[in-house]
Amino acid sequence: MIEIQNYVRAESLAQAYELNQKKSSAIIGGMLWLKMEKKRVATAIDLSGLGLDMIEETPEEYRIGAMVTLRQIETHTGLNALTDGAARESVRHIVGVQFRNLATVGGSIFGRYGFSDVLTFFMAADARVELYHGGIVSLEEFAGMPHDRDILVRILVPKTKGHMVYLSQRNTQTDFPVLTCCAAKRGEAVCCVIGARPMPAVCVRDGDGILAGGIREESAVAFGRYVRERVTTGTNLRGSGEYRSILVEVLTKRALLGILEREGEAERAD
Amino acid sequence: MEKKLSLINQPIRKKDAMALVCGKPVYLDDIAPKDCLIVKLLHSPHAHALIEEIDTGAAEKVPGIEAIYTYKDVPQKRFTMAGQTYPEPSPYDRLILDRRMRFVGDVVAIVAGENEKAVDRALKLIKVRYQVLEPVLDFRRAKDADVLVHPEESWRALCEVGADNRRNLCASGVDEDGNLQTVMEDCEIVLEHTFHTKANQQAMMETFRTYASIDTYGRLHVVSSTQIVFHVRRILAHALDIPKSKIRVSKPRIGGGFGAKQTCVTEVFPAFVTWKTKKPAKLIFTRQESQTAGSPRHEMEMRVKVGAMRDGTIRAVDFYTLSNTGAYGEHGPTTVGLSGHKSIPLYNANLEAFRFQYDVVYTNVQAAGAYRGYGATQGIFALESMVNELADRLGIDPAVIREKNMIREGQVAASYYNEQMNACALDRCVARAKEMFGWDEKPLRQDMGNGKVRAKGMAMAMQGSGISGMDVGSATIKLNDDGFYVLSIGAADMGTGCDTTLAQIAAECMECDLDNVIVYGADSDSSPYDSGSYASSTIYVTGKAVEKACRELREHMSVIAAGILDCPPQELIFAADGVATADGGKKVSLGELAERSMNGNTETVQVTVTHSSPVSPPPFMAGMAEVEVDMETGAVELLDYVAVVDCGTPINSNLVRVQTEGGLAQGIGMALYEDIHYDAKGRIAEDSLMQYKIPTRLDTGRLRVEFEGSYEKTGPFGAKSIGEVVINTPAPAIAHAVYNATGVWHRELPITPEKVLMGILRREKEE
Amino acid sequence: MQIELWINEKKVRAAIEPDTLLIDFLREQGCSSVKRGCETSNCGLCTVFMDEKPVLSCSVLAARADGHHIVTLEGLKEEAEGFGAYIADQGAEQCGFCNPGFMMNAIAMFRENPDPTDDEIREYLSGNLCRCSGYEGQMRGIKAYLAFCRQKGGQA
Repeated sequence: MIEIQNYVRAESLAQAYELNQKKSSAIIGGMLWLKMEKKRVATAIDLSGLGLDMIEETPEEYRIGAMVTLRQIETHTGLNALTDGAARESVRHIVGVQFRNLATVGGSIFGRYGFSDVLTFFMAADARVELYHGGIVSLEEFAGMPHDRDILVRILVPKTKGHMVYLSQRNTQTDFPVLTCCAAKRGEAVCCVIGARPMPAVCVRDGDGILAGGIREESAVAFGRYVRERVTTGTNLRGSGEYRSILVEVLTKRALLGILEREGEAERAD
Repeated sequence: MEKKLSLINQPIRKKDAMALVCGKPVYLDDIAPKDCLIVKLLHSPHAHALIEEIDTGAAEKVPGIEAIYTYKDVPQKRFTMAGQTYPEPSPYDRLILDRRMRFVGDVVAIVAGENEKAVDRALKLIKVRYQVLEPVLDFRRAKDADVLVHPEESWRALCEVGADNRRNLCASGVDEDGNLQTVMEDCEIVLEHTFHTKANQQAMMETFRTYASIDTYGRLHVVSSTQIVFHVRRILAHALDIPKSKIRVSKPRIGGGFGAKQTCVTEVFPAFVTWKTKKPAKLIFTRQESQTAGSPRHEMEMRVKVGAMRDGTIRAVDFYTLSNTGAYGEHGPTTVGLSGHKSIPLYNANLEAFRFQYDVVYTNVQAAGAYRGYGATQGIFALESMVNELADRLGIDPAVIREKNMIREGQVAASYYNEQMNACALDRCVARAKEMFGWDEKPLRQDMGNGKVRAKGMAMAMQGSGISGMDVGSATIKLNDDGFYVLSIGAADMGTGCDTTLAQIAAECMECDLDNVIVYGADSDSSPYDSGSYASSTIYVTGKAVEKACRELREHMSVIAAGILDCPPQELIFAADGVATADGGKKVSLGELAERSMNGNTETVQVTVTHSSPVSPPPFMAGMAEVEVDMETGAVELLDYVAVVDCGTPINSNLVRVQTEGGLAQGIGMALYEDIHYDAKGRIAEDSLMQYKIPTRLDTGRLRVEFEGSYEKTGPFGAKSIGEVVINTPAPAIAHAVYNATGVWHRELPITPEKVLMGILRREKEE
Repeated sequence: MQIELWINEKKVRAAIEPDTLLIDFLREQGCSSVKRGCETSNCGLCTVFMDEKPVLSCSVLAARADGHHIVTLEGLKEEAEGFGAYIADQGAEQCGFCNPGFMMNAIAMFRENPDPTDDEIREYLSGNLCRCSGYEGQMRGIKAYLAFCRQKGGQA
């Protein structure tokens, strides 16, 4: 269990940033992961007084504060309409409602966890992160950056129209995923994000133009193989690398076929 | 007592229900004195090691630390923590603290202090130098290994269980009947396979916990979340090497047990601290401690050989079980017995010969103990899987092969201690389950056309009702003012509802309202002796004691009434509100009778009866599972589970149902995802509820439960047991359904999606 | 450090350590219904309301609760008795240890969604583990309670 010597409810991001420059400090997100760590924290910095618990909407994007909970993501109408419900699907398996009322988007993303549903979804949503010191960077880039003492302030999700499908494989319904897969199609561009490999999520694009003629059964199968070849997987308690690689192919194919179905539904609705 | 039963087989609320749903402070940590010393344990990081040096100097200087104890401070008489009738079959292989560490999690030192922070700090400051030894981690190689888990001279087995510490053997033996070799050779088909089940955790929501204090008379009062107050008293006396008269053990409400609390996992530590310091002390295990230093199911490997004829007649069973008791032998010699003795009798009808052999080995992993099913669960998974495979090979419907071979009412089972089945509705359980499930209408396998396949599977199960000729149940019933009764019991309600069901039996016998019976227990000072609540004994054994005690009390009450009414007692009729003459002419109310019993009375109105049964009538059940397998990911979804149980007469129709549903859910978890992995050093990976996945309500599917009654004449109102049998069918039924879907038998639990998919791919490759 | 908060609508001032967890603070304050079943935020036994939302009190710093409203089962006596009776009528409370957390989260669900489907019930309560019941008895109790509420014409 974590030991905390000082608790500070930050009054500004500047103060929080300054306090966080010491190695012995820690930002408290939802506390769910931090709580279990066996370490001593000299100063625990709470961002909960900074108004970062809101999802703001502009004509171009959703601006999601770092302290927004996963439950807010799950129940947010606009975000779920934009993502075909992928937002909800990506978090609804995470432990339970009470857990998701605490777990924050900022904590989930900043940790760049190798099991993260949240990272998988937002990466596929083409999100960017706003860092207090580092400014705005794409989430895809952020996922590969070394961990530093910056503060994640917001997640920015562009309102680009398109379709998304989120899938995960789990050994039990509320367990960590064995693999996550989120496919998105905006315009003609398709990307597929694979997470819980068990390494931070990665994004695969259609470099070979497999889907150039549109998503069909055969091209979806081929793209599944394509993604499998490009995504490294590993072994942990929940599954072997070999099993995960098979899942990469299956879930990618299914996610694409899900998008195809949504395209059909959208056309019929028009 | 031949009137119509009014309280039996009714959906009666548990007496403590409203207190529990409203969150009243009734559990151990709610009632422990606020000034208790906090006790925590330092656990071994090594699977096998000797403590070369242990320095507690710095730790003792932490402000607030009261005491730190190491192996140098404890009595040197070995004991067992298993809650069993003395002399225990489990070997005496424990000390409170030992110099030899036998698993990752074994106890190095006890720290007691004023608050948690001080104790945590002290734990970090204890310096231990270990001589790390080679561990025995593979239970298949433990017997006669070079490395011994218990080389000590002071190890001893009190009973003849085939134990030998010089061979890493906790028990071994054989039981057989008929000429196995001859019958097997004469069979037209012989199948043989090996099955493997893991050290599943009971994972009761309340972890192990105990507090102790010194009472007014200088005695040690231990309050514990335990199923076995009397065994705890004896075990503590052995461990602390003090007279039993110096110890009182009682229990509050218990947050679940499932057998875990049939072992003294935490009791000795705070008891030792309190006895030494004379200060109250409590130990609350963390979930991690419960998962790593608890008392899980015995891991077993079972080699089963079944001999049959082409028409499906099962003639011979050869069963060998290798059981892993881990570092200590709690329940090792007994659990293994059930793997054969509570599986083989299911196929009694045409059985000509059987052999059941077993070895129970010590290894350097967490010690196993008692978990609902107690070995039967493991054995039934193996044998039921074999019978399903036999049916498949012979092209016989799996229900039909069972109808042909199953044990039936009236039969005597050589494989079940030659007991005769007085009450057995297994045939009706299977028939009713088939109807509910639509067994004959549903195909074994149905391709859903979307990459998913639906399939069905089935299994049968049995258990016992108490330990025959050993378990003792007692009840004291006392008449009080106004005519209410106090029922004292030593059995432990651990959420099972026995306070209520035993009161139902008493109220039925006394022909009064349930509210007129107060239940008190369990307390080693004041309760009548009871072995405790385990082995599915409480309703069957203690329930019978209640019935007999009530009958005697009625006679005593009639004597008092006869005095008041001035007529012979045998002419009186006992009724709900009093005692009357046969013609109804004269009557004394219960209240008046009670008043008289307290005024110039010499007739006793408190009766204690002790009961034990020479037989252990098995409850039976049938289970059927429908699963949908995702053939591309291996995911198994349980769509429907039908269970029909014969527990004799159900005493409380609600409680037998929730017992069944709860047991099924645990069985489903065991079948599909509850897993245990050890790393190369013997450390358990699943040391939390984050890693050890018990079912959530999204995982269990639909459970449909019904009962087929039978009447067990040796049980109270015809009752047999319910608590354990209900965990035994899911693993084999689900494994069967997964086979029907995928063509692959899974003989190791749990059957995870990865195993299912890899199985499918392997089979496709082979074809 | 000092905090000031409302526990079951009663204002409380108290001195705490910076790393005191809300669960331990609440138990010290006499809210014994709040139970701990794990250390990994998985079991749901410690569920309380923080500003009307169900949260795991094992994962909230007492310091963070400063200025907030906390409600435990002790503060919901009427609702607990009303709904609890339906659980009791199924025998589904069994050992009872998970009940306070289950009751809290079920009450949160009734407030958020007074007319849930079976699937919605399972999903909302999936973070409440129970090892005794197999969940079916709890489901029967919830449905019987909801039927009663509908018949009464009011909300759950």
